[in-house]
Amino acid sequence: MMDESTELSVSITQIVQRLKGTHLHSQLEKQAKECMHKPEIKLETLKDDVRRLLKASGWERKLQNAVYRELHILPPPGNPRAPPEHTKEPLAYMCKAQLSWEKRILKSLNSMCTELGIPLARKRPVLEQKELTNKWNEMGTDEPDLSKFRPVYAPKDFLEVLIGLRNLNNDRSEDLTVRSNWGLIQVSLNIRDIPQMRETYPELGLTYGQLGIDDHTHVPPDLFESEHILIGKKVVSEQDSAAAQQYSRQGCPTGLRAQLWTLILNTTDDPEVITHYEQLKARVIHHGLLVDNLIYKDVKLTASNDDYYFVFEDYLYQVLLCFSRDTAVLEHFNYNSATPPKSHIQSKSGSEQCAVVYPPNGVIPFHGFSMYVAPLCFLYNEPSKLYSVFREMYIRYFFRLHSISSHPSGIVSLCLQFERLLQTHLPQLFYHLREIGAQPLRIAFKWIVRAFSGYLSTDQLLLLWDRILGYGSLELVAVLAAAVFAFRAENLMEVTSLASAEAVLADLSTLKVMPLLQIFLFATSV
Amino acid sequence: MKDKNALAQAVGMAGVIQQTAGHKAAYNSQRKKEGEGRSCIKYRCGLTNTIQDVLNQRPGWVEVKDDGEWDFNWCDVGWLRENFDHSYMEEHVRICHFRNHYELTRKNLMVKNLKRYRKTLEREAGRLEAAKCDFFPRTFVLPSEYHIFVEEFKRSPGSTWIMKPVARSQGKGIFLFRKLKDIIDWRKDGTRSEEQKDEAQVESYVAQRYIENPYLIAGRKFDLRVYVLVTSYIPLKAWLYRDGFARFSNTRFSLNSIDDQYVHLTNVAVQKTAPDYDPEKGCKWQMQQLRCYLTAKHGFETVQTLFKEVDNIFIRSLLSVQKTIINDKHCFELYGYDILMDQDLKPWLIEVNASPSLTASSQEDYDLKYRLLEDTLHIVDMEGRLTGKEKRVGGFDLMWNDGPVYTDVGLEALGCSCLVANTHLGCVNDRQKQLQHLLKPFPGQKRT
Repeated sequence: MMDESTELSVSITQIVQRLKGTHLHSQLEKQAKECMHKPEIKLETLKDDVRRLLKASGWERKLQNAVYRELHILPPPGNPRAPPEHTKEPLAYMCKAQLSWEKRILKSLNSMCTELGIPLARKRPVLEQKELTNKWNEMGTDEPDLSKFRPVYAPKDFLEVLIGLRNLNNDRSEDLTVRSNWGLIQVSLNIRDIPQMRETYPELGLTYGQLGIDDHTHVPPDLFESEHILIGKKVVSEQDSAAAQQYSRQGCPTGLRAQLWTLILNTTDDPEVITHYEQLKARVIHHGLLVDNLIYKDVKLTASNDDYYFVFEDYLYQVLLCFSRDTAVLEHFNYNSATPPKSHIQSKSGSEQCAVVYPPNGVIPFHGFSMYVAPLCFLYNEPSKLYSVFREMYIRYFFRLHSISSHPSGIVSLCLQFERLLQTHLPQLFYHLREIGAQPLRIAFKWIVRAFSGYLSTDQLLLLWDRILGYGSLELVAVLAAAVFAFRAENLMEVTSLASAEAVLADLSTLKVMPLLQIFLFATSV
Repeated sequence: MKDKNALAQAVGMAGVIQQTAGHKAAYNSQRKKEGEGRSCIKYRCGLTNTIQDVLNQRPGWVEVKDDGEWDFNWCDVGWLRENFDHSYMEEHVRICHFRNHYELTRKNLMVKNLKRYRKTLEREAGRLEAAKCDFFPRTFVLPSEYHIFVEEFKRSPGSTWIMKPVARSQGKGIFLFRKLKDIIDWRKDGTRSEEQKDEAQVESYVAQRYIENPYLIAGRKFDLRVYVLVTSYIPLKAWLYRDGFARFSNTRFSLNSIDDQYVHLTNVAVQKTAPDYDPEKGCKWQMQQLRCYLTAKHGFETVQTLFKEVDNIFIRSLLSVQKTIINDKHCFELYGYDILMDQDLKPWLIEVNASPSLTASSQEDYDLKYRLLEDTLHIVDMEGRLTGKEKRVGGFDLMWNDGPVYTDVGLEALGCSCLVANTHLGCVNDRQKQLQHLLKPFPGQKRT
């Protein structure tokens, strides 16, 4: 076990290592050199003077933001002698389950490839490249024949895998008791209860102002809203990433949200960001991947049919096709319990096969994947900006929703938490639903996997995602799912089948997220 | 008669439980309007869409067919034209159109009225004030203004113009052109239907400067449908509905394809005939959605200014026909305004519809139109439940009452002299709650 100070120095070393060689690093060096020419610099106090000047010109803040960002994606601390696989996922049974799930998906992808006779990757002929370049801004007008493609998997397939998870060290009887899990998840993880969450999310409490509650029409804006907007403007002008994250806990005003999110995620407008995006675009033009078809199909089936997001169809292609080719995404496998899938590609000479990561970013899209991007189109319309925001959100949060791990924001923990909350606070409802064969998780799972995208109305979804960014955790997604059940409990008690339970919960578009969360966390008796 | 009353009561009961569950008694001591306490309202309805349902389900309202006497008539403009002048209406009777609404809704007349109003304004209040009427693209009535049109056309070479038939709706007969040659050909063209050639009116078309830089969302053009209810012209009393929607063109916008009417026309009726139209695919965004999107993009203040300019369009257009429309206290009218935004966030008036479509294209659309019509009937107030001093009824905000209307003073206004207009287009429509506080229960209904 490392003590805290050793852990800290290890983290510092890691972060310094990562920041060295970045664009920010070279910019800082350049700035520091320029400082040398300034008259107020004295040789005796060189270090302090340069530091002072960098602080005054806002560069220290930029560095702070970059460090803050690194902290978000730092791999979890662990024993220095432990291999990385153990650090990313300490529980052996989780690792095993993830591995076998990956094998299944890859097998499915490869067999689709063989069945359809379509190569995993191919170089596009020049004519096709030209066409695609011309059509880049309106790929949605294309109507390729996608009938033979099936999504590699859908959330419900993934749910079955999670249901089958077992910890052999902790086998429980299947009897239904007060202590057992009544739900589908049959493993034990350390999840929090309401009293603990009250301490984690004090800013959602009844005495704090919230956007999503206190900006309602009948509430005079001086009570909270006007002040909150002023503070928001200040945060944006200070360009302080940590402050933006703290601020976001009480919601972001619509007019400031785009800037606040880029601040929290530390996605900049640097030319290197744009260059990177252009490079990815070039890769899309030159090579076609099998997964491109899966992306097309997903967008056509989900986002294009959505009342709110159909308009953004073209943006979704522009983001997702590039995303598949972005090898920078592979970095997140340092802390993702998953490993990037490898496929065998014939080498040029045809004599041997080598294993390459496929798709290049290591992420195989599933049915509904495009919904992670769709709400962001509401905030950003320059493709490179939209892309960087999405990518950052994916590698910080979304990836946890479809890989098996014991992380508190991982899908398994979220599902378990949802079920536990329901079992603890709405036992009658849970029991009733169980009896009629309507396990609550079967209904709520699709909401959780997508972090409610496509189920809530957009403005409500963005308020929820404000808090996900603000607290750096997906836990509230599970809490909201339970709160929705609590809200509709009366109607649910009357239903007698899974189908009718689904019907009661089919339309969430009128729900107001923040009151539901607040009531569930702070007004439920414990 | 007794059975009918009992039936009305039963319908009323069922209707109240179904529609207005939770309406609490909110008796206030202010004077009641005439016609108060009318427990059975006979209505005539000439349309078979959402309005039919709204009228049917309203407690205490009973349909009369054919020649029966009616208290309320939701008619189409055709019926109005044929029957209005021959109908005698008692004081309490209400009908959903003004006799000569076409002064506002027929494109050539609207242009004429607006131009005249603008001139008057310039004379009386100066150029700056008159400039507030510049929300209408340069329009000329053909053939009477053909020569001035040609002058204007030649002054802006390369610009695109749109030709619209004066009295048609749903995008019929509209086309774009860039060369005079195109319309000369068209005038001689045999493709115009017999119907068009037989137009009794001499002036059957308008040529309008096409807005070449519309505001695009994700590369698509859209226009706004907004609902304005006018209950009187003299004095002018107009209400603005909070809900509305943005109608998207199904294809990406480009000036290269002016022949492709599907790109340019955003009417849902036209979009429905486009080859790649998918009825499952939404073509509309709710106004709240749009407002949210624009605010996220441009910030709160900019969008507020935009919506203020939109309000200005309604008010000025109504003022321009105020003296021309025959003000009959029996009449009210629900207009559908079509507004287009350009890339500089300037709103333009495309047209005003006296009979906005009440047919629903989806469940969401149905719900919107249902609420809109329900609130319209609340304002017409056959039941006499309002005092007449309300600034808000359901989703309608009183926008103009012989002068601008401001919201009630809030804390912030204490010590500050800014007045906030009482309009909330695209804002939250918490009408149920508001109606609960506002309205007494329907006559014949017990206090809950």
